[in-house]
Amino acid sequence: MSILVVLEPSGDGLKRTSYEAITAAVSCAAGAPVQGIIFDATESQVSSASIYGLSSCMIVHGPEWNQLQSSFIASAVAEAATSIDVTTVIFAANAYGKSIAPRVAVRLSAGLITDCVELQNNAGTLAAVRPVYSGKARVSVHSVTAKTVVTLRPNVFTAKQTVATSLSTSAFTPSIASDVRTASVTGHIINEGTLDVSEADIIVSGGRGLKGPEHFHLVENLAKSLGAAVGASRAVVDAGWRPHREQVGQTGKTVSPTMYVACGISGAVQHLAGMSTSKIIVAVNKDKDAPIFTVADYGIVGDVFEVLPKLATAISTVTGK
Amino acid sequence: MNILVCISQVPDTTTKISVGPDGTTINSTGVKYILNPYDEFAIETGLRMKGQHGGTVTTITIGPETAKEVLRTALAMGSDTAVLVKDPSRSDSFVVASSIAEYAQESKPDLIVFGRQSIDFDSFQIPPMVAEMLGWPDIATVSSLNIDGTDVTAESDVEGGKLQMSASLPCVISAQKGLYDPRYPKLPDIMKAKSKPIEERALSTVSPRTAITAMSLPESKRLNTIVGDSDADINEIVRLLHEQAKVI
Ligand SMILES: Cc1cc2nc3c(=O)[nH]c(=O)nc-3n(C[C@H](O)[C@H](O)[C@H](O)COP(=O)(O)OP(=O)(O)OC[C@H]3O[C@@H](n4cnc5c(N)ncnc54)[C@H](O)[C@@H]3O)c2cc1C
Ligand SMILES: Nc1ncnc2c1ncn2[C@@H]1O[C@H](COP(=O)(O)O)[C@@H](O)[C@H]1O
Repeated sequence: MSILVVLEPSGDGLKRTSYEAITAAVSCAAGAPVQGIIFDATESQVSSASIYGLSSCMIVHGPEWNQLQSSFIASAVAEAATSIDVTTVIFAANAYGKSIAPRVAVRLSAGLITDCVELQNNAGTLAAVRPVYSGKARVSVHSVTAKTVVTLRPNVFTAKQTVATSLSTSAFTPSIASDVRTASVTGHIINEGTLDVSEADIIVSGGRGLKGPEHFHLVENLAKSLGAAVGASRAVVDAGWRPHREQVGQTGKTVSPTMYVACGISGAVQHLAGMSTSKIIVAVNKDKDAPIFTVADYGIVGDVFEVLPKLATAISTVTGK
Repeated sequence: MNILVCISQVPDTTTKISVGPDGTTINSTGVKYILNPYDEFAIETGLRMKGQHGGTVTTITIGPETAKEVLRTALAMGSDTAVLVKDPSRSDSFVVASSIAEYAQESKPDLIVFGRQSIDFDSFQIPPMVAEMLGWPDIATVSSLNIDGTDVTAESDVEGGKLQMSASLPCVISAQKGLYDPRYPKLPDIMKAKSKPIEERALSTVSPRTAITAMSLPESKRLNTIVGDSDADINEIVRLLHEQAKVI
């Protein structure tokens, strides 16, 4: 199976989701080389991917390419995919991948499968599993056309280092047709000082059980002891206690952290929709019958006002934070 | 400005899901269907843009006969016309997107408004697909929007913040919660909407590009270690997180 992975630079290397996508590609490729494409990145950023098994990478140079101009990037990715004749293109299911992958699928006449949580190579055909109906069911899907474009839910595929490959890079200059119309980025508002739930490894969320915004320091302190981001249920966002960007769930963000701690959250299905693929789920709730406990790995039946400070102290002893 | 709003009908999120006899779709008996919550924001956005710039709002859905219900809601909220593209089998996103793009090629709207995602398959596929089919720009997950002449400026929610984006009409946007609060239709409007005509069209003849081979209910592999709130219990959970789960 010949696979092209669309990568994103970050810091000295790549985004974690890019390493995850490479790992998933390597395990599906059945020995075939996995190729990458990246926009406005340096060779040294790309070279960080060799330990994950990436064989080669096309780099599209130029600062104009670091902007999310989805029509241009999609056109370039489709051109690259055609030039090296791959059957499969993989993206992360983040804002970048979600905007570009559908366009690439249209350009390549490929089947599109988004938000995958499992990928398999079934005798040369890519088969994917994805959650549907807010995680209440899962479907196995495959493309019925020759090509497939997939996006992978962040944090579900664990990036694994392999034997370092000798990664070769080459410059790729796309030929964007003059009639391609795109939306362009004119500015970026960054949520200052807060770790975003969609990028956090650990999330501590608070719900209506906290009784008021003035008690959220309990959640924040626990988050601090874990180096975690703060999340919230819709009930507390709607009440104006917390900003919408912290909302986890169907109408908020879909997250899949290594650990999700739900404090005073009942576990309504729309909340579960956003966090049920978390690796470890911890719940603190005074109602032993709260639905959140049915999805919890570890649960503490108790009052958040008493439990959270004790939990933060006990965790700090272990983490030193 | 002529506006096309795309909406879908989805199972109510609290509905219990079971796998139907074919093994690939849900058992629809007893399932309550609702207007996709994000599409309420889309309808409202269409109506607001009409309010600011004049023109018409047309609402379209691709679905079975019963999907007329969501079109009636859109009509009651103030949509001028409604179109049902008949699709008894709920086709894949490519067929849905093609049907919308074909309609747009004929009706030539200036703006197509979608919801951020449909909450049945949460696929985030249709808006950029339609935009690509039409050769238009699109701005996803829009939480603030301004249109001036043919200039569109919008804020798009992304991880860790918002992007300020610009594009020109004709263009596609998808509405995020917070863009505009949907209005509640008034009773007389609900009554009037019941007798308004709904245009019916045939589904695009393109073939689907994906196939579902199996549907299953997720099995819980959770540890379910539930304890009380004594100091010993709390310390034990922290020990397990450290030594068993190895997450701290
Ligand atoms: C279309 C739609 C979309 C939605 N999208 C989302 C979404 O994206 N995200 C989301 O979260 N919700 C969403 N909801 C809302 C969801 O249905 C619930 O209403 C919401 O999640 C409840 O939030 P909560 O758990 O904080 O509050 P509640 O359900 O009120 O639960 C509070 C919990 O706190 C516990 N508690 C109270 N006091 C204490 C205490 N002192 N100590 C410990 N525990 C205590 C209670 O036992 C209870 O379990 C959506 C709903 C709809 C209809
Ligand atoms: N069957 C449909 N008919 C019309 N519009 C749809 C349909 N399905 C999805 N949409 C639109 O596309 C948006 C995104 O859906 P999706 O790409 O499926 O997550 C929805 O919010 C609707 O605006």
